[in-house]
Amino acid sequence: MDLKELYRDVILDHNKRPRNFGRLDPADGQADGHNPLCGDRLSVFVKMDGDRIEDLKFEGKGCAISTASASLMTEAVKGKDKAAVGHLFEQVHNLLTQQDAPAAAELGKLAALQGVREFPSRVKCASLCWHTLNAALDRGASTVSTE
Amino acid sequence: MAAIAPKVQPETEVALDAERVRKDFPILQRSINGRPLVYLDSGASSQRPLPVLRAVEEYETHSHANVHRGVHALSQAATEAFEGARERVRRFINARSTKEIIFTRGTTEGINLVAQSYARPRFKPGDEILITALEHHANIVPWQMVCEQTGCTLKVAPIDRRGELVFDEYQKLLSPRTKLVAVAHVSNALGTVLPVKRIIDAAHAQGAVVLVDGAQAVPHSAVDVRALGCDFYVFSSHKIYGPTGIGVLYGRQELLDAMPPWQGGGDMILSVSFEKTTYNDLPYKFEAGTPNISGAVGMAAAMDYIEGLGIDKIAAHEQRLLQLATAELERIPGIEIIGKAAHKAAVLSFTMEGVHPHDLGTILDTEGIAVRTGHHCAQPVMTFFGIPATARASFGVYNTEKDVASLVAGLKKVREVFG
Repeated sequence: MDLKELYRDVILDHNKRPRNFGRLDPADGQADGHNPLCGDRLSVFVKMDGDRIEDLKFEGKGCAISTASASLMTEAVKGKDKAAVGHLFEQVHNLLTQQDAPAAAELGKLAALQGVREFPSRVKCASLCWHTLNAALDRGASTVSTE
Repeated sequence: MAAIAPKVQPETEVALDAERVRKDFPILQRSINGRPLVYLDSGASSQRPLPVLRAVEEYETHSHANVHRGVHALSQAATEAFEGARERVRRFINARSTKEIIFTRGTTEGINLVAQSYARPRFKPGDEILITALEHHANIVPWQMVCEQTGCTLKVAPIDRRGELVFDEYQKLLSPRTKLVAVAHVSNALGTVLPVKRIIDAAHAQGAVVLVDGAQAVPHSAVDVRALGCDFYVFSSHKIYGPTGIGVLYGRQELLDAMPPWQGGGDMILSVSFEKTTYNDLPYKFEAGTPNISGAVGMAAAMDYIEGLGIDKIAAHEQRLLQLATAELERIPGIEIIGKAAHKAAVLSFTMEGVHPHDLGTILDTEGIAVRTGHHCAQPVMTFFGIPATARASFGVYNTEKDVASLVAGLKKVREVFG
């Protein structure tokens, strides 16, 4: 297991200076995510333009993996429509769970999360924000849990 | 000629030889991520020494059958082993009688048994159950369930920033409405040793019964339930170097006698017909079904083991490590120790500025160091300190100064990674 693979510079940077951090008020959709195992909590706020995410922000307290993953996610999905977000989530999920799968080119900076799959106990940290975003897009306002 | 007085050897207190103790624990020989294992998570579950492993193997190899059943030799051997373990437990906590020793699956089950069998049938709206703000979820949720079931009220005595019970506030919350006080002997998240004797005396003065959650206390100190005067005392085997899935509920006999059975089934009955069932006597009334026999045997062996080493010596050894680790960690910039009670067991909870405990735990793990990270099943404690989680190093009989040095080196590595 290589720590440098897990805590790549991109991850450490987004943990220290998370992008799109804060609240959107008013928001078209909002959801809270909770990982009871480690106590991570985050909220995702989205502003929609039809089917397209016009703007989104997140806030919360979490480990470096969950904070960086959320920050990278907000950068990656801004301006995308729901179908594209769904497709990207699938790619991220594969990246986090499938050994040996090469990172798809469309992942861009999200590929920095590749090291997480060597640390199975941390996969939920990286995926929490995506589940929370899905809930915000699907149902307007709700709470999701990784358990 | 004057008789020569025999030379008296001065009694010297020989300290625990942890390096020798380590040889009794085979798991400590293994490596984790290519590094020698540094096990600092005994507060979650301790490891097992060879005498415990052998006692379980010996029982399973030569003596197993069901207990309290047959006339055949093996059933008698199993019953002797199981009831022998009960007597061993009685001596370990100095209970009056083996009738007061109920085998459970662990601390959590013991608390639930008292909640459902003692509290639930008795408590009414207006009655109060008093706990403290540093309890483990296992000493919160069963009482919340009783409150839902009976309409009684849960009260919580506060702690201060050091992690100590505010005794005056505790005393103010006690009243004739207080029917039961449930309190940890030692906090799992903070290490605080609570003044249980004073807590019990104050509760008894108001007519309340007291349950003590001893899960974190029994590994670190000799417990005498009669000297404490508690009504119920619960603990688990796997935190005192015994197997998982077995624990003990001690209850004063007159209380247990008056309580209805918790679960129905075999072993807890004297006679069954479709019209009427007569329950068995103590302690069997509370032990429905075939019990964890090898677990009880292993737990008894663990008690032999730690008493053989000397619980006072274990406590002194762990206190040395706690003081060393506390001093070392306080020197590392950005480390904050959570829980600074004057009287602590060998549990060291801490945070590192700018690093989530979960990341810290992962990095230590790559160095072979096992610590617990998270809320330690004590979310109200985390909320009180305004943090989501801590890292917790807890020390056992087999830890050494070298383990403390490894922890310190590991934390410096964490600092390096996070800059």
